[in-house]
Amino acid sequence: MGNKSSLLLREEEIAQIQEETGFTPKQIERLYSRFTSLDRSDCGTLSREDFLRIPELAINPLCDRIVHSFIADSNDDRVNFRQFMQVLARFRTIKKGKENKLNSREEKLRFAFKMYDLDDDETISRDELLNILHMMVGANISQDQLNSIAERTIVEADQSGSGKITFEDFCKALERTDVEQKMSIRFLN
Amino acid sequence: GGHEVPERYPITSIDFGRVETPFIISVWILFASIAKIGFHMAPKINKVLPESSLLIVVGVIIGLILYMSTQFHVSPLTPNTFFLYLLPPIILDAGYFMPNRLFFDNIGTILLMAVIGTIFNVTTIGGSLYLCGKMGVFNGIETPFLDIFLFASLISAVDPVAVLAVFEEIHVNEILYIVVFGESLLNDAVTVVLYHIFETYHVMEFNDVQVQVQDIVNGVLSFICVAFGGCIIGVVWGFLTGLVTRFTDHVRVIEPIFVFIMAYLAYLNAEIFHWSGILAITFCGITMKNYVEANISHKSHTTIKYALKMLSSSSETIIFMFLGVATVNNNHEWNTWFIILTIVFCSVFRIIGVIILVAMANRFRIHKLSKVDQFVMSYGGLRGAVAFALVLLIDPATVKLQPLFVTTTICVIYFTVFLQGITIKPLVRILNVKRAEKRKPTMNERIHERFIDHMMAGLEDIVGKTGNYNVRDKFKRFDNRFVRPYLIRDLQGAEPKILETYSKLAMKDAMEYMRRNPSTV
Repeated sequence: MGNKSSLLLREEEIAQIQEETGFTPKQIERLYSRFTSLDRSDCGTLSREDFLRIPELAINPLCDRIVHSFIADSNDDRVNFRQFMQVLARFRTIKKGKENKLNSREEKLRFAFKMYDLDDDETISRDELLNILHMMVGANISQDQLNSIAERTIVEADQSGSGKITFEDFCKALERTDVEQKMSIRFLN
Repeated sequence: GGHEVPERYPITSIDFGRVETPFIISVWILFASIAKIGFHMAPKINKVLPESSLLIVVGVIIGLILYMSTQFHVSPLTPNTFFLYLLPPIILDAGYFMPNRLFFDNIGTILLMAVIGTIFNVTTIGGSLYLCGKMGVFNGIETPFLDIFLFASLISAVDPVAVLAVFEEIHVNEILYIVVFGESLLNDAVTVVLYHIFETYHVMEFNDVQVQVQDIVNGVLSFICVAFGGCIIGVVWGFLTGLVTRFTDHVRVIEPIFVFIMAYLAYLNAEIFHWSGILAITFCGITMKNYVEANISHKSHTTIKYALKMLSSSSETIIFMFLGVATVNNNHEWNTWFIILTIVFCSVFRIIGVIILVAMANRFRIHKLSKVDQFVMSYGGLRGAVAFALVLLIDPATVKLQPLFVTTTICVIYFTVFLQGITIKPLVRILNVKRAEKRKPTMNERIHERFIDHMMAGLEDIVGKTGNYNVRDKFKRFDNRFVRPYLIRDLQGAEPKILETYSKLAMKDAMEYMRRNPSTV
């Protein structure tokens, strides 16, 4: 199967993706074979349903948001291989010396921030935060408690007094976190 | 009984024999504690010498006094007191307060260092000493193969007590700390197995029983038993402790006792089978923590914390002092070349082993271990009381070199605790090793980091790769569905840590408020 899929991926396409994302050709081929195995309808793009068929992902509390972040930028709710790779490029490990634009600390943080920020207004509102908390914490906990947690989180991060978390606040709040390491996947060669 | 019939009723009498044992133990503990206060009141010495080496010095002084004042000289540090009473508190403290996540994130590197690293050290140190013995470097003393490897197996393992004692003071960054410390805890399984293998082969050879291939295969199999058996015993006792504390809400005062007693039973239970007690009690602590903390009261938690700290720090104090006392005795057998070469081989092969194994580990790690990290790792390979207790266990009747081994072990311990212990602080400063910054997580960190965990687990699923996040996610789901409901009294959602952080911060705020406005209380 790996052979067949690599045949379908043209040389210049690999070179282009390599240029854009910084992946090695081996990694691109490997991910392409994964991509084609997810693409059940064999049309070269992935739909929301294709993602939801991954059993582990389907039970992830943030499943909707993760899938959304893949297909948000496309207009027909489908993601092609190049777009797929551009999302994944953010999670490449950062190597000293050769800095790639897509996987910088800021880009990584921006990706996470956008998953909170559903209405794309560059801030995380109280409702957006509550939404996420609800997904993660789940049942067995009172709405009041979640409300006060969200309240406290915003007050703690909000520097400008707007009652919302801006991207700057978000970065500041995660200043001490090793984002470079936490948000990296070691893609196999 | 054989009581003498008193002529008159005595007004008072002296009977030291009745209280001798507890009295002597108490005096030792008192001495060790006073010595500890003394160091902290002398700030200048404290900066230069690490506490562990000061305690050894005090021990040597006491040993000299005892040596000169009494004719019988029995060292108080016997293998039994060490393994049954002094070691468990230190390891439980380490296991219970283990940063679980950090530990399991680095488990690959830790296991590589602990298992392969220790085997590498045993073979290289043992092999080199044996070859040197064959070439007659040690003034022609006879160095049988098995004797040397028995010695190598006990001297090769990095010691958790010494590592903790030195590393707690210097505060290196958390990854470096967990790799060295995790190695020292997990290598116990390898040490125990190799020690027993060479000991048994030695006894067999001594009684003219041929060691066969079957025995070597059995040795490998017993490693699996010792390691996994120890872990499983620990995990089972850990779950049991969680289960018991589920029902303690009406008897809050005995909550801490369950933690101590059940962890200790896990240790003893593993030791019954000669499995690794250190692994058992470590994993017992790691397992029970999450469930116990959710069940017990805030005050019980504080009691557990401080009681564990007190027990482990006094054990550590006593161990180092006893090491000093044990140095002063008549049975020393000095062999300059054997001692020097042991120290040289220990250090050199430690460095070589670290370089090779880190090169292997770095191929799989996201956070690469740098050259400086490797240096601190090799330098942090301290030898300590575990080696000393094991060398005392060797029977001098069958192993003729035992007195030499004891002397050499003491020298190696002194070398690591004094030379490496004293120089590691300035070296860490000169090399500019990243230091640890310990702070409680903020609300934002807690939530966003959890968020990132879920996100990364999802991405790993999409990429089709089984990684750290993926595995942790699966474990958490399993825990939340099948374990927590049975072990925890009041279940609170799937993210207890977020709630915990919230309530801790809220409590802090309340205290702050009360401090500022005392009139409202």
